[in-house]
Amino acid sequence: MSVLLELERVEKAFGAVSVLNGVDMTVLAGRAVALAGENGAGKSTLMKIITGTHSRDAGVIRFRGKETNFNTARQSMDAGIAMIHQELNLLPALTVGENIFLGREPVDRARRVKWSEIYDQAEYWLKKLKQDIDPRAETGTLSIAQQQMVEIAKALSMNAELIIMDEPTDSLTDVETKILFEVVKKLRDSGKGLIFISHRLRDIFDMCDDVVVLRDGSMVHQSPVADISEDELIRHMVGRELSDRYPYVPSSSSKTRLRVTNLVAPGVRDVSFEACAGEVVGFAGLVGAGRTELGKAIYGANPARSGRIEIDGDEVCVRSPNDGLKYGIGYVTEDRKLEGLIQAHSINHNMSMAGLQRFTSKLGKINKNNERKAVTQYIDAFSIKAQGIDTSVAQLSGGNQQKVSIGKSLIPEPKILILDEPTRGVDVGAKREIYALINELKAQGLCILLMSSDMPELLGVSDRILVMSNGFLTGEFGHGEANQEVIMHCTLVELTEGKQE
Amino acid sequence: MNIKKFVIENIPLIGLLLLMFLVSLINENFLTVDNLLNIFRQTSINAIIAMGMTFVILTAGIDLSSGSILAFAGAVCATLIAADVPLILALPSTLVLGAALGAASGSIVAYFGVQAFIATLVAMTMVRGGVLVFTGGRPISTGNFDVANIFYEVGGGYIGGVPIPVIITGVVFIICWYVLNHTRLGRYTYAIGGNEQATKLAGINVARVKVTVYAISGALAALAGIILTARLESAQPTAGLGYELDAIAAVVLGGTSLTGGRGRITGTLIGALIIGVLNNALNILDVSSYFQMIAKGSVILLAVVLDGRSKAST
Repeated sequence: MSVLLELERVEKAFGAVSVLNGVDMTVLAGRAVALAGENGAGKSTLMKIITGTHSRDAGVIRFRGKETNFNTARQSMDAGIAMIHQELNLLPALTVGENIFLGREPVDRARRVKWSEIYDQAEYWLKKLKQDIDPRAETGTLSIAQQQMVEIAKALSMNAELIIMDEPTDSLTDVETKILFEVVKKLRDSGKGLIFISHRLRDIFDMCDDVVVLRDGSMVHQSPVADISEDELIRHMVGRELSDRYPYVPSSSSKTRLRVTNLVAPGVRDVSFEACAGEVVGFAGLVGAGRTELGKAIYGANPARSGRIEIDGDEVCVRSPNDGLKYGIGYVTEDRKLEGLIQAHSINHNMSMAGLQRFTSKLGKINKNNERKAVTQYIDAFSIKAQGIDTSVAQLSGGNQQKVSIGKSLIPEPKILILDEPTRGVDVGAKREIYALINELKAQGLCILLMSSDMPELLGVSDRILVMSNGFLTGEFGHGEANQEVIMHCTLVELTEGKQE
Repeated sequence: MNIKKFVIENIPLIGLLLLMFLVSLINENFLTVDNLLNIFRQTSINAIIAMGMTFVILTAGIDLSSGSILAFAGAVCATLIAADVPLILALPSTLVLGAALGAASGSIVAYFGVQAFIATLVAMTMVRGGVLVFTGGRPISTGNFDVANIFYEVGGGYIGGVPIPVIITGVVFIICWYVLNHTRLGRYTYAIGGNEQATKLAGINVARVKVTVYAISGALAALAGIILTARLESAQPTAGLGYELDAIAAVVLGGTSLTGGRGRITGTLIGALIIGVLNNALNILDVSSYFQMIAKGSVILLAVVLDGRSKAST
């Protein structure tokens, strides 16, 4: 096996802050390397140095035996390194083929674009990945998983030898993840090298051959995946023993807080369930099964067409998020960046936004002291790492942004909290803190609806799990009654039935 | 580091002081109390419109209808004054009319999802048409009743040597500053411009805030119309043509981002003063009004480019 990429003592500092202090790493051709580490460990910076977005301060990078010094992402791409970002870089309004050949469209002598060649080529590469995607389809109409495949096809079409994927499975369902695994296997077999950045341990163990762990800018572990256990890996990542990944405290209350009856909304066909105060109800299902839509329907962001929603026995009519807020519903969106936070604004202003009423006098003046006090309380309670309360949200890591997002929904003091993928893109340490937080809120009597694609998380944290498929509820399990296979079965069986309709 | 930060955050102010310094070198009559008060008075109309515009632009919107609303409000107000309606009735009802016209285009933006540019372009055209219909294309005099003489003071009078329009501008400034910095409406205005979707999902009634913001812009345009009409003792059907563009220029010169969510009302006031000083200086220097437009455009371009650069470098 030949060495594809070799890093020796790579260093990088931003100003006075050292981000990478002497990282060594090797990627062999035909092997997938998992790059693990908490948020802020330096993974992104390292990848940006490899792809030429950042310059390195010291150290050597050799790609296919040659020492490299890329200054732009374009140069590294031309050399054969492709990076597939978490937020995919495709233009939704263009077709698949146009995206694959963006900026390097084949042209004839009159400089007219050779469309047939674009689509033939695009089809060729997609076929190679065994993907049945129409190269003429508008990219925005594809699922995230399909768009990822388009990105991979694009990388292959550029003769990439090394493909770097940042959190590729984060927005994929289990089925889609399996398809990705297959593709990855194929790529490996054809001699490509891969680097995976992932927070999900399962990805690392299922998909990768080697694992490299970064902690605080240093490489603390490198070995084949087979030589390390999950617990060891976590210990390397966080630098301490995490005794219990999913601290579970049984629910103590049985007072029904939320009752949903025959709810129909865009993406939700017919859903009825109850949830108690002090209970965590988990929602499992594939992407598109209607979990996000259900959450949004209850909150009013995606108003219900018919059905009843009762809170503490009273029927409520939730037509907008404004109504949801008034009825004591808190909502944390799965898409922090687009729907959750105002990136350019401060932690303070973001967190207090929904609950400003609490700090406003009768004359309409915001009491800024009270506001800052409340926000500071949450910053401390959630141990949000930031320079200060006025730091803009854009400067925070994903985990800390998520905590701000949760804090924002708690300041109005809701009775019901809807959490949609609360740990997506969040590192192991911060995940555990969020679980502890969920338990604490539960103990305070909050009724929590937890939508998550992370199955171990759902199984570990929920008092009850409801499975959704195709807009319907297809299963219900108590804590400890279900396992991944059973839930998977519920999501899949009904999906095919739904299709027959 | 802190000096650099101060400079970047206060580019409009530094620009204004620099401009005043340069002009005072060229002409000794510039830095006199009389001339400065004169500049403030001339600036007040644009400053008042621009402060309303600031609210709209902070939500990532735009209001092209200000000039037309100014003219409509002026015509209605002149008619009321000419009919001997007391000021206590005439002025508030004119302001309410302006707010209602603003709220109308705001509603089109908020409830029908029409882009602000288009909605207010439509309002600009229709309201201007309304003015022409209402006035028959002729100026409306404020008439000869006693009330007209009191009304004149709104635009042409002084209190303690300070022109009344300047005092009005000061009061409007303080109110706007307070609303933007100390009330929920202000916070929501910034939030909508920062990320409308997130603001909506946070449970804030975005549509209502938007309508309010356009209503404020309309009311302030009407206030500017009152001052102008009072000073001229008549309402011109073509009054305020292109004033919205001067107001937008003042807002942008003041460092407010056209993409919303970022900016300060103080900046807008300074931006309006920069334009005012520039006009005044070019007049003192006897530059032809044709060249004045070119000079004004160049300064705005320079300011915006510099501002964009300094922000990109941080």
